[in-house]
Amino acid sequence: MKINNLTIEEVTLIDLAGNVDANTALTIQEKVLPLAQTGRKILMDMTKVPYMSSAGLRVLLLLYRQVSAKDGRIVLVGLSEEIQDTMSVTGFLDFFTTRETIQSGLEALN
Amino acid sequence: MERIDIHPTHAYKDFKLRRGRPFPFGVTLVPGGVNFSIFSSHAKSCTLVLFRKRASEPMIEIPFPDEFRIGNVFSLIVFDLDYENVEYGYRMDGPFNPKAGHWFDNSKILMDPYAKIVGGRDVWGVTPDWNNVYQHRARIAFDDFDWENDRPLEIPPEDQIIYEMHVRSFTRHPSANVKHPGTFAAIREKIPYLKELGINCVELMPVYEFDEFENNRPNPVTGERLLNYWGYSTVGFFAPKAGYAATGKLGMQMDEFKALVKTLHRNGIEVILDVVFNHTAEGNEYGNTISFRGLDNQTYYMLTPDGYYFNFSGCGNTLNCNNPIVRSVVLDCLRYWASEYHIDGFRFDLASILGRDPWGAPLANPPLLEILAFDPILAKCKLIAEAWDAGGLYQVGSFPAFGRWAEWNGRYRDAIRKFLKGEIGMVGDMAQRLQGSPDLYASAARGPTTSVNFITCHDGFTLADLVAYNEKHNESNCENNQDGTNDNYSWNCGWEGPTDEPGIKTLRQRQMKNAVAMLMVSQGVPMILMGDEMGRTQNGNNNTYCHDNELNWLDWTLSKSNADIFRFFKHCITFRKAHPVLRNKHHFRNVDYVGSGYADITWHGTQAWNADWSHFSRIFAFMLCGKHAKEGTVQDNYIYVGMNMHWETHWFNIPGLPEEMKWHVFANTGANPPEDIWQSGTEPVLENQYGLLVGERSVIILVGK
Repeated sequence: MKINNLTIEEVTLIDLAGNVDANTALTIQEKVLPLAQTGRKILMDMTKVPYMSSAGLRVLLLLYRQVSAKDGRIVLVGLSEEIQDTMSVTGFLDFFTTRETIQSGLEALN
Repeated sequence: MERIDIHPTHAYKDFKLRRGRPFPFGVTLVPGGVNFSIFSSHAKSCTLVLFRKRASEPMIEIPFPDEFRIGNVFSLIVFDLDYENVEYGYRMDGPFNPKAGHWFDNSKILMDPYAKIVGGRDVWGVTPDWNNVYQHRARIAFDDFDWENDRPLEIPPEDQIIYEMHVRSFTRHPSANVKHPGTFAAIREKIPYLKELGINCVELMPVYEFDEFENNRPNPVTGERLLNYWGYSTVGFFAPKAGYAATGKLGMQMDEFKALVKTLHRNGIEVILDVVFNHTAEGNEYGNTISFRGLDNQTYYMLTPDGYYFNFSGCGNTLNCNNPIVRSVVLDCLRYWASEYHIDGFRFDLASILGRDPWGAPLANPPLLEILAFDPILAKCKLIAEAWDAGGLYQVGSFPAFGRWAEWNGRYRDAIRKFLKGEIGMVGDMAQRLQGSPDLYASAARGPTTSVNFITCHDGFTLADLVAYNEKHNESNCENNQDGTNDNYSWNCGWEGPTDEPGIKTLRQRQMKNAVAMLMVSQGVPMILMGDEMGRTQNGNNNTYCHDNELNWLDWTLSKSNADIFRFFKHCITFRKAHPVLRNKHHFRNVDYVGSGYADITWHGTQAWNADWSHFSRIFAFMLCGKHAKEGTVQDNYIYVGMNMHWETHWFNIPGLPEEMKWHVFANTGANPPEDIWQSGTEPVLENQYGLLVGERSVIILVGK
């Protein structure tokens, strides 16, 4: 799992690469949750995430809850069709705004 | 301050351990680890067996240290476990003495009865690896679903309209046109359809983990494999069926099912589960050992004095429901589904078994039924009994109710069927059934909603087959047509099975409409069977428990070819919802107690005010006084229902209304569509306010307003 982040003005771009599952969930939680500052807009690029497990979906939801609690917003971009489908079927997708590209994700945030 | 119990105290090989907490039973995530807790009244020792997900061999077997047992409960915490990727089971050591009821065998790996997710049959119909030593594999679940503001809907029972469905059958047919056929997710896609139909409750045939491959066998004629398709044979009471989830392969069936419940609730639809606590999938002496048999056979099963299994379920064994330990398991299970899954109610398969003592004798005040009736978590749940069992106990009208229990009313089903086919001697019986069966329930102060009214359910003919077959045709079940009931009270309208004869076809359509019309004007809780609203057939098979094919799958093209039937159902449901006088909480008194000049219900025939109660009568009618709706607390229209099950047309004189009102025609099954039924509220005025012709085998419904 690789996690990069870059903050431009009030948008933080987080770039995940690798599987999001029970093995990587804690790392993501430790690195990403602190980025959820008050009013922060977060763009999560998932283009390089091939697989998300149940634990992985929960990290995303945790992040969503923290960001919303601090009046921030989060947009997911580049979800694979399979991950998007899993999220839809399990109800997780209902919580998130999703876009196909970083560009359209930025537009959704602004 | 950091708690010290997050640190291990013991070790076994590479695994760090600590004394566990006996309660709650099953598996609980605790800081830093996983708490395992399992009980057995007769085991001498216990070993926790851990697998990597789907592995054929265990990765470790951890014997419970002696000091970790409290009472009969073994518990321990394993630290740093990759809990999303493990499966667990137990080995139990104890006596092997079947005569005394003990079947301990430490070569078997046993599933936790409290397992919240069960792997091993992750994708429906994928042939299992029979060589695997651990077939039904307990997994560790996340129980942190985000329900937001959801809660069970608590729809008053008198307002309920139940739709009984099989999860896979509802959307498996290609014509369903859904992304994941046969799954929870697909039901969610079909919610708009359910709303259009107008039902407000789905009753799901078993969704607890079961093994569709149990007793599977080929059909000798077609070679097709026959399965345990319906699922009335539980493997895991706390686990949703993985094969019903599009995400079962990912182990996310829990989330998927919860997402379905949450979305149904958002759309005003309740969820009732059909639960099978009368027996388990372990069968009799020759069955598999999955869990209970190896954990504590003598506790979990009803046994004869010689140690054989009692078979009140007709399925090999009988769960020992009134043993105090088993009773607790059942209670824990239902509390779990009510709180964790927001389930609105339960229908108990062969519920009379739940009222038998450990030796099989019926109890006057069965503790299990009492506990469920008074439980605080289940307090608002619907509890519905299938009030009979395969051991001959038939308790419709006498099921121990404790003020709570409703019943599948088998007498309602039989009476309507007989009346519908034109049997004589039914008019008096029908009057009781249409009123919510006060003859069965009123003396025990049980209201009309005690009666779940149905004409068809998964057991027996579909509605379309009820009017197309005199006899069952179960040959494809490969049991020489011996299975399934012979008491169908059905009539084929003149030809057995499909026909192109227009007269017969028309009559069948009319009989289906007659049936649903009677159902929707009956006091009590109506239940319809999936697909009856579009004339689904099972080709005369009245027990399709083993077919994963078109016999069970709902063919959605029927909604087009039988559009008239669908429309009739839909309007009848809307009509019921529009009229509180059809949905009373209390029984009629057959007197006028609000001063309207009319009794709450009055009885008529071809002559107004004079019902023909004689033995040979096939005709009768009733009128509901709108001023008595909900015991006079709300105002409704007057409703008149005339039923002519004779094969000739008759003139019905109808009762006069209060001066300012006129009779309007809501339904006339003898008329051709679209004049057979009207959208509630748009009914045309009846031409002759004194009477009308009611066609042969027809029902008319009038609204006085």
